[in-house]
Amino acid sequence: MQVQSMHFKARAGERLADQRLQKNLKKLSTKFVTARAQVVQELEEFEAIRNEAVRRRKAALAKLDVWLERFEREATRRGATVLWAETPAEAAQLVVEIARKHEVRRATKTKSMVSEEMALNKALEAAGVQVTETDLGEYILQINDGEPPSHIIAPVVHKDKEEIYQLFIRTHQLPREPGRVPEIPEMTREARQVLRSRFLASEMGITGGNFLVAETGSVALVTNEGNEGLCTAVPRVHVAITGVEKVLPTLEDLATIMRLLPRSATGQVISNYFSLLTGPRGAGERDGPEHMYFILVDGGRTGLLGGDFEEMLRCIRCGACMNHCPVYQKIGGHSYGWVYPGPMGSVLTSSYVGLEQTLDLPQAATMCGQCHVVCPMKIPLPDLLRKLRERQFERGLRPWPERLGLRVWGYVAQRPALYRTLARLGVRVLRWMSDDGRIRRLPLASGWTDTRDLPAPAGKTFKELYAERRR
Amino acid sequence: MAKIPCDVGTGATIIGRMKVGFFITCLVDLMRPRIGLAAIRLIESAGFEVEVPMAQTCCGQPAYNSGDRATAQALARKLLDEFERYDYVVMPSGSCGGMVRTHYHELLADDPELSYRYARLQPKVYELTQFLVEVAGVTDVPGRYDGEVTYHDSCAGLRELGIKQQPRALLQHTGAKLKEMAQCEQCCGFGGTFSVKYGDISAAIADEKCEHIAASGTGAVVLGDLGCMLHLEGRLRRRGDTTTRVIHIAEILAGEA
Repeated sequence: MQVQSMHFKARAGERLADQRLQKNLKKLSTKFVTARAQVVQELEEFEAIRNEAVRRRKAALAKLDVWLERFEREATRRGATVLWAETPAEAAQLVVEIARKHEVRRATKTKSMVSEEMALNKALEAAGVQVTETDLGEYILQINDGEPPSHIIAPVVHKDKEEIYQLFIRTHQLPREPGRVPEIPEMTREARQVLRSRFLASEMGITGGNFLVAETGSVALVTNEGNEGLCTAVPRVHVAITGVEKVLPTLEDLATIMRLLPRSATGQVISNYFSLLTGPRGAGERDGPEHMYFILVDGGRTGLLGGDFEEMLRCIRCGACMNHCPVYQKIGGHSYGWVYPGPMGSVLTSSYVGLEQTLDLPQAATMCGQCHVVCPMKIPLPDLLRKLRERQFERGLRPWPERLGLRVWGYVAQRPALYRTLARLGVRVLRWMSDDGRIRRLPLASGWTDTRDLPAPAGKTFKELYAERRR
Repeated sequence: MAKIPCDVGTGATIIGRMKVGFFITCLVDLMRPRIGLAAIRLIESAGFEVEVPMAQTCCGQPAYNSGDRATAQALARKLLDEFERYDYVVMPSGSCGGMVRTHYHELLADDPELSYRYARLQPKVYELTQFLVEVAGVTDVPGRYDGEVTYHDSCAGLRELGIKQQPRALLQHTGAKLKEMAQCEQCCGFGGTFSVKYGDISAAIADEKCEHIAASGTGAVVLGDLGCMLHLEGRLRRRGDTTTRVIHIAEILAGEA
């Protein structure tokens, strides 16, 4: 996907001014945040499971090469083909080649953020393959001219029912009762009817992969709609695409982590559907694809191994960090400008597409720490964002007034006498500029005063008052 | 250069009262000196002797969070030089407290001597309410407050230092009636330099908090950090709310609210 992260400020500004979006984004805190808090509280051993899951994930990543090779062996032994892609573009090319080889003209697809990295739908359409998104949210975005998702598990969270209905009217040629917006179950039925024929006509099912299991060569798929079942049982070909970091050594690892994923993501104890798929249709079996492919994508992931950002690879894509992020809650996912939004996205985008293109992302966080608190994998997101800020500073990527300001402030703060003199002067100037106890406009600090008053300082510093008191 | 770190617990301390080094914090020094004086009165009335090293400036957090590690390290070392001789170091801020108590470790890790000295300082560092409850064990405070208040949990205090019950326990002694607002643990949107770099996002987050404060119906929000305080007061006033009071915990406990 094309990177738009350099336009973060402008895009965030537009979203803040969009009243409708602001209303829609409230769903996050009222729905996901509350539900997660509830289920976490109900599970007494949540913290213990979390510690165990982190331990297992760390162990898997410590020998990532070993587990990937084991996965390849086991999957191959069971009749699947394992392909490797160094870049998302290569991965997209592999899918196109598979489609060509099996003469596929119609494909169905489940939600996959890696496929967004790959811009897969565009690549397939260019190759003449009609591809249908079958996750309801992703389908809605697809019929809106391929709008990108704004959330990694709730891709259409930024839209309300009315907006979605308008898209249905535009896309589905069905008789309508003028002026009436149907209830959500009715709209879901409509989408289901449209999608049913696509499912049945599909020659290739494309899925993501929440996890890979090395010991069995399986892929685990988690959905709430069951579309992954129809995408993998009906078509002749199944292609599962996922990042190389998603491999788990054993089924026990998977079972442990699955106790955290739905709880952290949507506040569900378990997702509505869960598929564990191993190999294509075997002799004497009645369903399943004739051909099964795995495409394992690097796309910058192995570059994080052994470095400052390795912990990011533990991410299981639950979305809890963005659900709980005060910044994400206000600006939504599109502001971040690439595939992954929110705190995890700020780290991943900076790592995968390069810090030069993401000047704002590490900075656009209040460092409140709530993402770290809720992350089931205990990824220290604020620390990682700070490390990215350090890299930006070291490489001189931040604007010069900021660097100069920091340098001057740092110089003064290390010289107590100078600091004291300037502080005394500064508070007097600010006091003089104030009116009725507040400063409404402050040159050089309009970032503050455009949206807030600055309460006026007392006029004397603490050190002055304290010295006077002791005299 | 290295001061002997062992002058803690010398004669004066054993015979006299325990000595607290007071870290003013840069924002209290510049913007709200009364809060510093109120905090000192609270520590003194709890039976401690307070000293204020006058060469102190800033804990280094603005540099640390801006990626300027060298400046942050220099300021951490400066704080260490100035405060390691005290029995306790107390500051009226969870944000600075979190910086000194939880982040210096990583910041000074490359220097064995500084790490050693810091390891001795670290357990002596307290945010004000934490100190009053956990160390001083106060059962009363000088301040009295007749009315309802709500409390905003500042992020670093809450999540880095575990400050939650301490200010609430202390508030009880003033007679103030605490009415919790919705989402009292949600960030107010200040975020240090974030508040200036992304003023519009920062203000939009503050609006949520302003609404929760208003919905509490108390007309007063108490909190423990100057950053949140200036940010929320500034946003409330700009929104046209001229009556809701924003009170630092030290002021209300010292009877200056």
